[in-house]
Amino acid sequence: MELVIENISKDYEKKRVVDSVSFAVGSGEIVALVGPNGSGKSTIIKTIASVHRQSAGSISIDRKNIDTIDPVDLAKMIGYVPQQFTYTLYSTVFETVLLGRRQHIKWAVSDEELSRVQQSLDALEMGGMAGMFMDQLSGGERQKVFIARALAQDPRVFVFDEPTSALDIRYQIEVMETMRNITRERGAGMIIAVHDLNLAYRYADLVVVLNHGKMVGYGKPQEVLTPACINKVYGVESFIVDNEFGKFIVPFRANSAL
Amino acid sequence: MADDNPPALPQNTTVHSLYKEGSSKRIALLTGLSLLVIISAVFSAGIGTVSISPQDTILAVGHSCAVSLQNFLHTYLPYVAGWYDSIPFTIPAPGNPQAELIVVGFRLPRIFLAILTGVSLAVAGAVMQGLLRNPLVSPFTLGLSSAASFGAALAIVIGPGIVAGLFMVSYDMFIVIMAFLFGWLSMLLVYWISRSRGTTQSTLILAGVVIGYIFTAGVMSLKYITNNEKLRELMIWLMGGMWGASWSAVLLLIPLVVICFVLLERMAWDLNALSAGDDVAKNLGINVERLRLSGLMISTFIASCCLAFTGVIGFIGLMGPHICRMIIGSDHRYLIPCAGLMGAAILLVSDTLARTIMSPVEIPVGIIMYAIGGVFFLFLIMRGRGRGLY
Repeated sequence: MELVIENISKDYEKKRVVDSVSFAVGSGEIVALVGPNGSGKSTIIKTIASVHRQSAGSISIDRKNIDTIDPVDLAKMIGYVPQQFTYTLYSTVFETVLLGRRQHIKWAVSDEELSRVQQSLDALEMGGMAGMFMDQLSGGERQKVFIARALAQDPRVFVFDEPTSALDIRYQIEVMETMRNITRERGAGMIIAVHDLNLAYRYADLVVVLNHGKMVGYGKPQEVLTPACINKVYGVESFIVDNEFGKFIVPFRANSAL
Repeated sequence: MADDNPPALPQNTTVHSLYKEGSSKRIALLTGLSLLVIISAVFSAGIGTVSISPQDTILAVGHSCAVSLQNFLHTYLPYVAGWYDSIPFTIPAPGNPQAELIVVGFRLPRIFLAILTGVSLAVAGAVMQGLLRNPLVSPFTLGLSSAASFGAALAIVIGPGIVAGLFMVSYDMFIVIMAFLFGWLSMLLVYWISRSRGTTQSTLILAGVVIGYIFTAGVMSLKYITNNEKLRELMIWLMGGMWGASWSAVLLLIPLVVICFVLLERMAWDLNALSAGDDVAKNLGINVERLRLSGLMISTFIASCCLAFTGVIGFIGLMGPHICRMIIGSDHRYLIPCAGLMGAAILLVSDTLARTIMSPVEIPVGIIMYAIGGVFFLFLIMRGRGRGLY
């Protein structure tokens, strides 16, 4: 599996918010999109998730342009978790996850679909909460339900917009570990927009650094996310700690010159 | 690749049992509501200024159907008629000689109109609430009934005049047509306005509310300028009721309601997916704009059709779906039919009470409906756990 993003641009009301961004994700790979607020991360994620169409450029999966793929088939290939999640008061956890199987269900729900729902919930250790209502869950649990829904889609590529933003640090690590394992086991790709540079540093195989909609860095996290790059993009001074647990980015001061 | 080595799927899990338990309870509720509507219909046909026993009611309907079928066969299919006449079993005429005229001629069309209107408004409400992800949306809040009222008011105040004469329609039919056309027009306007800003749910709702106010202004000015006699007629229309019931109205509405119901029910899974938000629905392969447009058009169409005959009937479009959602959750496959039956039950019971409680004087159905529906709804809220069957 290979998803290739080639020179995509997106305009909102004549303003270019993403300008000619290109990168690729292969089987078992995690690509992190990083950059300050408004740098175009979510826009790129939404474009890949077919929420909207790009203004220019192309996206292809296994060398097939996604514009030529039937939306129903495409829905089976790309699973998406948005930044803000929506649910109704009267929906339960498993019904929400079941929506991930929408394109496999005609009318009645088969045992197989229900099994996949259970499997997805189990993968995130949410199996015991299947019958609860969405508004009975904590923010972190709700986020996991939405990740479970994307898992139930059984896609070739996962696209996540800040999947860990609502989670506490323990959940963040758990979810990222789970997602990395699933990506590897299923041979799926994963594109993830993150604010936490250390998550990108630790879990991503490749990092795309964005600023004002332009790609300003692309490569392995250790090579790209340098203090110089962070200073240039975020205007924050930082240093790298290298110890027996790995390498960590420590931002410590906003650059007053910027 | 995802499909190369599929992992073994868990069988007979919590999710399986939850789903099955939920489905059987939902089917039980659907069956229960259907029976309630049928039983209410039989009772409703029996009670009134002249009281008729349930047995006579059923015989009156059966006998009347048998006689009509016989006449039809003798006129158009004489060969089959001979065979039909040879059936040794006949349905006896009811004991009360007036029963047939009263039940079949007067009460049944009214009962059918109440059921059809209840179904249409509640189904339209359920679909609109799902499409716009807003539990306060109904044919009312989207300006539909204000627009239909304006159409009817215009017809009443200006009178049939040349236009109706041109198309050879009666005065009553002219009101119906005008109400329908304006109801339908309101949704076209709402959609046209929101088109320019993208069909997000908030623009659609705002556009609907504003259109509603504009038409209300029209209705108010017509009320202000018209004479006493027409004002009274207009007020009766605005209060709503089943006075316009006739077999021709019922026979026109039945196929329309059935077709629209089937079309809307087919959207059930997409409506479920829409509950996860527009972005997720789009990712799931759903054309959200097209779904909103077609869903709103069909539900408006069917609500306008019924409102045109009954006048303004509020409450059901909002509360029917709401009550059902509290009982069976938000799976639209069950919610849509359930809301329809709930709407039919509420309207039928209310209309029956409205015409019998102070018999022979009829009171507007709204008075009864808002009271009993409101109390029932309060009961569901105060019971505390009024949410889902799981």
